Amino acid sequence: MNYFTLIISAMLVQNIVLAQFLGVCPFLGVSKKVESAIGMGMAVVFVMTIASAISWLVYNYILVRFHLEYLQTIAFILVIASLVQFVEMVIRKFSPGLYKSLGVYLPLITTNCAVLGVALLNVQNGYNFLATVINGSANALGFTLALILFAGLRERVDEMNVPASLAGMPISLIIASIMSIAFLGFTGLV
Amino acid sequence: MSFKKEFTKGIIKDNPVLVLMLGMCPTLAVTTSVNNAVGMGLAVIAVLTASNIVVSLLRNIIPDSVRIPSYIVIIATFVTMIEMLMHAFFVELYGALGIFLPLIVVNCIILGRAEAFANKNTILDSIYDALGMGLGFTIGLTLLATFREILGAGSFMGISLFGPQFQPALVMILPPGAFLTLGVILGVINLIRNNKAAREVK
Repeated sequence: MNYFTLIISAMLVQNIVLAQFLGVCPFLGVSKKVESAIGMGMAVVFVMTIASAISWLVYNYILVRFHLEYLQTIAFILVIASLVQFVEMVIRKFSPGLYKSLGVYLPLITTNCAVLGVALLNVQNGYNFLATVINGSANALGFTLALILFAGLRERVDEMNVPASLAGMPISLIIASIMSIAFLGFTGLV
Repeated sequence: MSFKKEFTKGIIKDNPVLVLMLGMCPTLAVTTSVNNAVGMGLAVIAVLTASNIVVSLLRNIIPDSVRIPSYIVIIATFVTMIEMLMHAFFVELYGALGIFLPLIVVNCIILGRAEAFANKNTILDSIYDALGMGLGFTIGLTLLATFREILGAGSFMGISLFGPQFQPALVMILPPGAFLTLGVILGVINLIRNNKAAREVK
């Protein structure tokens, strides 16, 4: 498998937010300021990479071995929830500065369907361990890219004179739609 | 009285899709056709009702500090059950919903209702709340899917409406169409609400 193709495909062509609709809630919720978008993006990159790796290990070495594949949803969500808690504790202990910038976003990640979605897709597509880790981080970077671009656009639109009934969420969704059309342009790149 | 109150709030005043903006991922992803939207809505109603019942039953037993993980396990159990049932009886729908079926686990509506409603209220009220919220979710999805399917595929529930010479706007069933349709629907709702408020001021 060509890992470079995998990265381009996960980041641009099949962008996790704009083409696959995973992680739309934080995409709409934490995109009012570029600064918070960067914080959320970093937290997602961190958690999604580790979560992909651990859930792959759990699936292949525990669930498959004991023929418990049907428990994958429950197992993965537990892995992600405890991982987020653990990461939060570790960061708070060892790096208060990082905790200050990522802390508020970490608990939100448990219910970010992108993390669980990528973990499930990795297993469904039968990736090996390396491909899983690469796919996890590339998807997270794609999420961060879309989130920061979107936040930048929203900051600009906030200062524009938008029709009253479109102000706020409706115009943001229309912006997301246009961004999504732009990302459709990457189709055929891979 | 309580039935009417708990049931109707989820459909109009606190509609999860159109007002609270919860559960956006499945809302945008599966609304390419009305059939998928209704299937997703029914799955969410089933999971939400079951999880609200169990959370409400256990509300005095689960210690406060571990309540969120407990809710997630309860929800994940029901989602797995629905997934297996759907795989057995509705293979086509199971294929169409794909990854979004297991992802009901992290649908904020379900965890949100467990946390905000079911752990404080009686079983009966929780059931009404779940049915109302679930129905509101289904209505939101169906509304979105109706526009997208008619404009993007020229059909409704798989039945062709305009004959073979009709050229559908394919973009409506592609990802951009989902964002666009929801944005426009929310804009129209705001417009109606603003007009109503303006009339009341006069």
